[in-house]
Amino acid sequence: MHDKDSPIAAIIDYGMGNLFSVKHACLSVGLKGVLTSSEEKIRSADAVILPGVGAFPDAMNALRDLGLSSVLREIAGMEKPFLAICLGMQLLMSKSMEFGCHEGLDIIKGEVKHFGNPVDQLGGRLKVPEIGWNRIYKSAHKENSDMWSETLLDGLEGGEYMYFVHSFYADPQEKDIVLSESQYGNIRFCSSLRYKNIFACQFHPERSALSGLKIYKNFALSTRRSKGDRYREDPGSAIRTA
Amino acid sequence: MAYIRVIPRLDIKGPNLVKGIHMEGLRVLGKPEYFARHYYENGADELIYMDVVASLYGRNNLLGIVERTAKEIFIPLTVGGGLRNIDDIKAVLRAGADKVSINTAAMQDPELIRRASKRFGSSTIVISIEAIRKPDGGYEAYTDNGRESTGVDAMEWAVRAAELGAGEIVITSIDREGTGKGLDLELTRKIAESVSIPVIACGGAGNKEDIKDVITQGRADAVSVASILHYDIVMKHENKGDFSGEGNIEYMRNKRSFSMINHTSLQDIKEFLMRSGIECRGYKAEKLYA
Repeated sequence: MHDKDSPIAAIIDYGMGNLFSVKHACLSVGLKGVLTSSEEKIRSADAVILPGVGAFPDAMNALRDLGLSSVLREIAGMEKPFLAICLGMQLLMSKSMEFGCHEGLDIIKGEVKHFGNPVDQLGGRLKVPEIGWNRIYKSAHKENSDMWSETLLDGLEGGEYMYFVHSFYADPQEKDIVLSESQYGNIRFCSSLRYKNIFACQFHPERSALSGLKIYKNFALSTRRSKGDRYREDPGSAIRTA
Repeated sequence: MAYIRVIPRLDIKGPNLVKGIHMEGLRVLGKPEYFARHYYENGADELIYMDVVASLYGRNNLLGIVERTAKEIFIPLTVGGGLRNIDDIKAVLRAGADKVSINTAAMQDPELIRRASKRFGSSTIVISIEAIRKPDGGYEAYTDNGRESTGVDAMEWAVRAAELGAGEIVITSIDREGTGKGLDLELTRKIAESVSIPVIACGGAGNKEDIKDVITQGRADAVSVASILHYDIVMKHENKGDFSGEGNIEYMRNKRSFSMINHTSLQDIKEFLMRSGIECRGYKAEKLYA
């Protein structure tokens, strides 16, 4: 658990989705997760998490109404660790095709696409949304098999299971930023990426058991590091070991 | 095929995990937190908590249990029982649930599905349909844990719920619930084929074959199981603690099972499914402690 010196992660609360599991996951790795929509609190936090469940246009409208789009664009590219989850990942892109074409935060060039009608190998139709566990594989766009080290996927192996809930996925223009891909029927999609200080994933690490908590643990480590090593690594506060 | 989910369902009455047959005659089996933690550590893909007496009292009493669970269990948790409106849903989500399961209130006011899915996202709203087979072969939806007849056809209700924005459907056969006679394959298949959203089959699993059948023949996307897992823990583990409150604790104390149930573990179920060519989330126990 955290104490008063725990680094603070601003969990952006724009009325979309359940943020409490994100907060609990932060706590379990020694981060103090604070639900907030205050620009000031987002700026002063040691790390930022953009979660989200729901529809893209509603989410963008909510971010704009709260005046948060510009502060998010600003933080992208700074040192501060930035974790974007599910709809949060999609919002980073230039545009989405959900309910017509809508502009996103445009931090990462690319678009958000619908699954369409995915089919399995036998031609059977798969359910959309994809709800459940799926595996993440190292991106085929990179040669380097060690590409996950030094990222939030450090310590995980290709083929790890994560929990997904989505009908859309982000398709970044620049394939070099793709960290992992996943397969849903005949569709292969980007399931996580790294761009500057941002780690974005389509799956929910806070609902992906210990594989997901590993990502939070790495996020907490990078937050402590970016804070200037004032905090010693405290593995005891991380995942329960017995 | 997508990865099939195996979802332990915990029926809760007051502070205790209970289990009945046809949703009646509740027996106390232990503390829900203990079972939840055990299932989490042993590869459960999600968990479902049902307050089985909530409809009687008109409120959900699980907030405390949900809060304690959400702090230490990092897989999706669905909570149901007695949720009547947006505020009830909000309270359960704030306590740490990821999804809510709604039956009675949605049946009384179907527009609640639309409002709730708009407010919290479709994937948060699970519609629970409890069905009883009619003499003509059709299925009728029931509410209040199988006590109240509605006159509504289960298939039509599933289609309507999906149109209104439900993210998933849990289909429970009251005829089979707790009996161990196998899940209702026909009911599950009819529901799964009428909607494009995922369908969770529930009620009646007596052994691993039943679970496989409801996936291959019933076309379920997920299977929710209770007795088959709970009795395994009752048999193997010591249940400690205070079991005050109502309920029949004789089964728990005497470690008595129930003849139609071949109790088994999550790991056994998953290994069996994978050997049968059904993909599910693989799980290695040692990884948990690495």
